[in-house]
Amino acid sequence: MATQKQEKSVIWDWLTTVDHKKIAIMYLIAGTLFFVKAGVMALFMRIQLMYPEMNFLSGQTFNEFITMHGTIMLFLAATPLLFAFMNYVIPLQIGARDVAFPFVNALGFWIFFFGGLLLSLSWFFGGGPDAGWTAYVPLSSRDYGGLGIDFYVLGLQVSGIGTLISAINFLVTIVNMRAPGMTMMRLPLFVWTSFISSTLILFAFTPLAAGLALLMLDRLFEAQYFIPSMGGNVVLWQHIFWIFGHPEVYILVLPAFGIISEVIPAFSRKRLFGYTAMVFATMIIAFLGFMVWAHHMFTVGMGPVANSIFAVATMTIAVPTGIKIFNWLFTMWGGKITFNTAMLFASSFVPTFVLGGVTGVMLAMAPVDYLYHDTYFVVAHFHYIIVGGIVLSLFAGLFYWYPKMFGHMLNETLGKLFFWVFYIGFHLTFFVQHLLGLMGMPRRVYTYLGDQGLDAFNFISTIGTFFMSAGVILLVINVIYSAFKGERVTVADPWDARTLEWATPTPVPEYNFAQTPQVRSLDPLFYEKIHGDGTMKPAEPVTDIHMPNGSILPFIMSIGLFFAGFGLIMLNMDNPIINPWIVAIGGLALTFGCMFVRSIKEDHGYHIPAEQVKADLAELKKGGN
Amino acid sequence: MADNLSQSFDKSAMTEEERRHIKKEIRKQIVVFALMIFLTLMSFMAVATDVVPRSFAIPFIFILAVIQFALQLFFFMHMKDKDHGWANAFMISGIFITVPTIAALMLLLGVNKI
Repeated sequence: MATQKQEKSVIWDWLTTVDHKKIAIMYLIAGTLFFVKAGVMALFMRIQLMYPEMNFLSGQTFNEFITMHGTIMLFLAATPLLFAFMNYVIPLQIGARDVAFPFVNALGFWIFFFGGLLLSLSWFFGGGPDAGWTAYVPLSSRDYGGLGIDFYVLGLQVSGIGTLISAINFLVTIVNMRAPGMTMMRLPLFVWTSFISSTLILFAFTPLAAGLALLMLDRLFEAQYFIPSMGGNVVLWQHIFWIFGHPEVYILVLPAFGIISEVIPAFSRKRLFGYTAMVFATMIIAFLGFMVWAHHMFTVGMGPVANSIFAVATMTIAVPTGIKIFNWLFTMWGGKITFNTAMLFASSFVPTFVLGGVTGVMLAMAPVDYLYHDTYFVVAHFHYIIVGGIVLSLFAGLFYWYPKMFGHMLNETLGKLFFWVFYIGFHLTFFVQHLLGLMGMPRRVYTYLGDQGLDAFNFISTIGTFFMSAGVILLVINVIYSAFKGERVTVADPWDARTLEWATPTPVPEYNFAQTPQVRSLDPLFYEKIHGDGTMKPAEPVTDIHMPNGSILPFIMSIGLFFAGFGLIMLNMDNPIINPWIVAIGGLALTFGCMFVRSIKEDHGYHIPAEQVKADLAELKKGGN
Repeated sequence: MADNLSQSFDKSAMTEEERRHIKKEIRKQIVVFALMIFLTLMSFMAVATDVVPRSFAIPFIFILAVIQFALQLFFFMHMKDKDHGWANAFMISGIFITVPTIAALMLLLGVNKI
C-alpha cells in the first residue's frame, strides 16, 4: 500500500477530496454563490416594490424570483453555509481526525451542488418555478404549473438526498468519533446543536422527499394525489410540506444558536451560563418544532379545536427559546467583553432574534393570525428569524472561524463597517414591513396602488435593501483585501478561545491532531490553560495515521443523479432532443455503476508515517506554536 | 499493521463462537421473514375473502401491520441487540415523533374530508 500520496493537480485534488476541511470550504464557496444569487433576486424584487405600480419586473418574473429567492436561501444558501461550519468545526471540536464517512461527506456535497445546479437550470428552459417556495398544489399541479415546477421538484429531491446523507454522517461522527474523555455532556454547544439539527434533518427531509415524490408522480405520471377533481386532496400537500417545513426552520436556527453559544463565551471570557439547560432546551425546541406544523395552516379551516391545540403548542416553544436567550445574557453578564466583529454579530443576534420570536408568538394566536395571514407582517417575522437570526450568526461564525480556516484574519475595521451597514439596512428593510403588514399589504404581490399609505414604508424598505447589499459588498472586499493584506495567523489560538479546534495548529494539518487529545473537562482547551500548561495532553503515542484516499466517484455519482433528474424533467418538455428515458436511465446507470465500483474495489487508504508526524510536530515546536 | 490490510485473509477472522452466533442469527431472521410473509398473506386474505367480518377488516389489518412493524424493528433493524443503544435511541425518538404526527394528520385530514 502506498504510504505517500502522489502530487496531483489542484483542480483534480479538489474534485476528488474527501478531507472534511476542504469539503467545508467547498460548501462555503457554493453556499456563498447561491446566497449572492438569491440576494440579488431579493434586491430586484425590492426595487420593483420601491414605488407603486413600478414596471421594473413583470409579474411573472417577480413570481419566479420570489420562488427562487425562498427556495435557494433555505436549501442552497443557509443549509450549505451551516454545513460548511459544521464540516470544518465538528471533527476539530470533538478531537477527531475526520468525519465518520469521508467518502459519503464528499458525496453529500456534490449531490447538493448538482441538485442546486439542476434547480438553477430552470432559467434556460422557459423560466424558474413560480408557485412560491411552498409550491402549494393547485398552483404547482400539472394543470397550472409550468416546467419550472418540475425543476423545483427534481432539483430539491436531488439536493435533499445530499443534505440527508451529510446529516447522517454528522450523527455518526458525533456518536462514534469523540476523543477520549469527550462525553456527550462535554460536547461544545455547536456540536450539540448540530447533532440535534442533523436529527431533525433525518426526520424532516424524509417527509419532504415523500411529498416531492408524490408531486412528481402527479406531474410526470398523471397520478392524482393532489388533484381534487380526481379524488385527491390539496390540503394533504400543505400538511406534508409543513411537517417538513416547520422543522426546517429549526434545522437552520439550531446550529445558528450553536455558533452564538461558541462566540459569546469566547469573547465574554466566561464559560457558557447554564450549559445543561442549554442542551435540554435545544432538545425540547427540536421536539416541539415537529409538533406545531399546522400553525402555518390556521386559515385552511381545520376548525377551532385543532387551531387551539397547535396555537398553544407553538407558543410553548417560546419557553425553551427564552431559556437560551437568558443564558446568553447571563453569559455576557459580568463578562469581560471584547466587541470585535464576531462578537458584534453575536451580541446583536440576541435582540433581533427576540424581536422575531415576539412576532412569532403574535402569529401563533390563531384568531389574530386571520388578520396577519399572508400580509407583510409574516414576511417581516420570518426575515427577523432568518436574517436576524441565522444570517447574523453565520457572519459571526465566519469572522470567528476565518483565521482557523484560511490562516489569516479578516480586517476588523472593514468588518465593523460591514456590521453596521448590514445591521442598519436589515432593520430598515424588515422593521417597516411589520407596519406594512398591519396596514394590510399582502405578501407575494408584485405591485400595489399608490396613495394608500404604503408608499413611504415600501420606499424605506427598499433603501434598507441597498444598505444590506452594500454590506455584503463590503464583506467581499474584506475577504479579498484580507487575502492579500490581512494579518497572517500562525498561532493555534488567536482568540484565546476555549474549545478543541483552537488546539490544532494553523493551518490545520490534514490529520487534524497528531495525537488524539485527552479531554478533561467542558471547554477542554480553557481547562488546560487554567489547570495545565495550556496544551492538550495526548491520549495516544505518535503512530502511523490512517487516512482515506480521495475519490472521483462522488463527483461522477452526483452527475449521474443530475442527469436522472434532468431526464425526468425532459418528460414534460415539448420537444426533447433525445428520448428522456435514455437520459434518466443513463444517469441512474451511472450512479449505480459508481456504487458498484465503490462496493467491489478495495480501497484501504494510506498511512502517514509516524516519522513524518514527528517531523511536523518538531517543526511546530521550532515555530513557537 | 499497515500492510496486512491490503492482503486477503485465507481464512475467516471470526472465532468459532462468533460463527455460531451468526448462524443462530440467520436462522432467526429466516423464521421472522417467513412469519412476516404469513402476516401479509393474512391481511390479503382478510380483505379478499369474508373470513374476517367486513367491519373488523380495517382494524384487523392495522393490528397485523403494527405486529409486522415491531418485528421489522426488533429483528431486521436490530433493536433487540445489545450495544445498539444509539440506533435504538434514534428509532425510538423517530417513533416518538412520527406517531403523534400521523395521528394528528389522520384526524386533521378526516376533518377536512368533504
